Amino acid sequence: MRRRRTVYVDCDILVVGGGMGGCGATYESRYWGRDLKIVCVEKANIERSGAVAQGLYAINCYMGMQWNENQPEDHVRYARIDLMGLVREDLGYDIARHVDSTVHKFEEWGLPIMRDPKTGRYQREGRWQIMIHGESYKPIVAEAARKAATEVYNRIMVTHLLMDRSHKRVAGAVGFNVRTGDFYVFRAKAVIVAAGGASHIFKPRAVGEGMGRTWYAPWSSASAYALPILVGAKMTQMENRIVLTRFKDGYGPVGAYFLHLKTYTQNAYGEEYESKWYDDTKALVGNYIDQHPVPTCLRNHAILREIAAGRGPIRMVTKEAFQDPHKETVGWENFLGMTIGQAVVWASQNIDPKHVNPELTTSEPYVMGSHATCSGAWASGPEDYAPAEYQWGYNRMMTVEGLFGAGDTIGGTAHKFSSGSFTEGRIAAKAAVKYVAEKGRDLPQVSDAEIADLKKAVYKPLEHYQIYRNEIVAGTVSPSYILPIHGLQRLEKIMDEYVGGISVNYMTNEPLLTRGLELLGMLKEDVASLGAEDLHQLQRAWELQHRLLASECVTQHTLFRKETRWPGYYYRGDYPKLDDESWHCFTLSRYDRESGKWAMEKAPVYHIVT
Amino acid sequence: MPTFVYMTRCDGCGHCVDICPSDIMHIDKTYRRALNIEPNMCWECYSCVKACPQFAIDCRGYADFAPLGHSVRARREEEKGTISWKIKFRDGREKNFVSPIRTTPWGSIPSPTELAPPTAEMLKSQHLAHEPDALKVPALPALKPDQLKREMV
Repeated sequence: MRRRRTVYVDCDILVVGGGMGGCGATYESRYWGRDLKIVCVEKANIERSGAVAQGLYAINCYMGMQWNENQPEDHVRYARIDLMGLVREDLGYDIARHVDSTVHKFEEWGLPIMRDPKTGRYQREGRWQIMIHGESYKPIVAEAARKAATEVYNRIMVTHLLMDRSHKRVAGAVGFNVRTGDFYVFRAKAVIVAAGGASHIFKPRAVGEGMGRTWYAPWSSASAYALPILVGAKMTQMENRIVLTRFKDGYGPVGAYFLHLKTYTQNAYGEEYESKWYDDTKALVGNYIDQHPVPTCLRNHAILREIAAGRGPIRMVTKEAFQDPHKETVGWENFLGMTIGQAVVWASQNIDPKHVNPELTTSEPYVMGSHATCSGAWASGPEDYAPAEYQWGYNRMMTVEGLFGAGDTIGGTAHKFSSGSFTEGRIAAKAAVKYVAEKGRDLPQVSDAEIADLKKAVYKPLEHYQIYRNEIVAGTVSPSYILPIHGLQRLEKIMDEYVGGISVNYMTNEPLLTRGLELLGMLKEDVASLGAEDLHQLQRAWELQHRLLASECVTQHTLFRKETRWPGYYYRGDYPKLDDESWHCFTLSRYDRESGKWAMEKAPVYHIVT
Repeated sequence: MPTFVYMTRCDGCGHCVDICPSDIMHIDKTYRRALNIEPNMCWECYSCVKACPQFAIDCRGYADFAPLGHSVRARREEEKGTISWKIKFRDGREKNFVSPIRTTPWGSIPSPTELAPPTAEMLKSQHLAHEPDALKVPALPALKPDQLKREMV
């Protein structure tokens, strides 16, 4: 085995992941920490990395306080309704009160935000959404981060966080350079994890060449969760996966269509169907169906019921709206700005929404923390008002000392989207600067043995492949190793069939989950036999391991919550109803790296009651 | 295969390799030109298409659901601050769109270090950088400590 060079990088604040959350964290770290060494590390290139790489056509979280359009508490109530009662209202309020200043900076930096010609205000798509020409949203935000960072390291896949010798405090991270193969050891006084959520843990609807056309980016490989889980950070609401109703095959967004273009859905026979399922849904969730707007999961539920009744496909009625040339332009530019693949699908299938009402579908489930869902790490709340049970240190610090998070990483804060993720990065960064100034003044001590062990583990798939590839003539079938794609497809099949994916109509139960955990356990053993042909495959091998650990966490949480809280996202067949008596609470987990065991507990939900 | 590279146009400059968020654009060792090594991990995000100075990269929709004969071309012009799109349907219909991408010169965002350094007092406050000014409201909103309660609502 070739000897790999080890590069040591010492810094004050390490930002893991250069997407929206990471760029916000990098920018804000510099504002408050003028003399600090701030390093951002990213597995791709921050110019086009993360979920916003492709661009966005809307900013989905903007209060408009300057025009008195909304106040932060309005957004908290909205997120609470949408998530069936369970969000971290302290954290959500915190993002909402700061997010407008973020968006105003974006505009100042050069992001084209559309204006309503009559009022001069930002053009609203819906109550919370404003419309942008966001093709270069990410390059603009990345420019701000690059200006602020001491150093940005692109193409380094972070595989593990490092703990201090005392095991009481985070100490940095390790990873490898996907181009040179060098091993990187980042030693830091505080770490902000702003990595991506999880696509490709459930089998996608497209399984051939199109398997990359997932709703969330294929490079969102659950590092947001695996990194903190491995060092024992508590996770919350990991069962709260999201299923998206989107245009068929391309998963093109529907927000602008519903909210701005005023298109609507109907079944295959041109009938309205949602009201038909009102009583059925009410029997499952009670008064939650009477909320406005109707929670995202419950709208999915009506679609699933209607399709199961044999009246699919569900279509978006676009023919009327698209007669207006302005609306037609908005409809197309919406895709070109953020989901080009949908324009490709429509062009290829001759679907012109002016003449055809396009089909909708429900996606495979995803685990992330910034859309209409809130999986992620359990974090300390804002100092000025968070309840005592939600406060154990600095804002956005996880249950591991010195370890902060933002974006998909932090749980309980649904509906933050791109602007809220950047804002949460800013919140976490200010807290991290304070932490470094007050408590984390010394560089943590990392044991050389731990670094050596991790280095060995990181390159093991390359070594394993080199040893065993000559055992077979050629090809991909080996008795001694599996390739990352093999592991990924096995993971997706297990999660799909046992944990509530598309092939079982999002249904699971205790026996299925228990069996799923057994199979995940075997896959966990088998990843010791992963083979990677080159550095690109080594990246895939580590993405798989991050996805696998996150999937195990999702399955444990799904097993723990004995109710169906979000019908339309997933169903527990053995507990088909929402149960506020026992489950109006957060679920928390903690992983023990030594034993491989998960400890589960409940945590209380605090609401704004005035 | 989502994105692909035309042999006669690519000069092997590697811009696509450098930008691809999925790390799937690589340089072929024999032909010294770029290729998509893992089409099933391509999001059709067009980062490589937009970055290619030779316009050598195009996209052919995923074979599992996209019939042949379509094309969605992009031309991103930083100096003009626009992106132009040409969509061609399988049946030959065409649609064209142009959108702005940025309103300020590239590279013009100031570093936070160009601002006056924050005071210790500011670090203790709940304000983030540029606040309260950038909020465009007089004061940062806050909840009172007793406004969050363990009750059903």
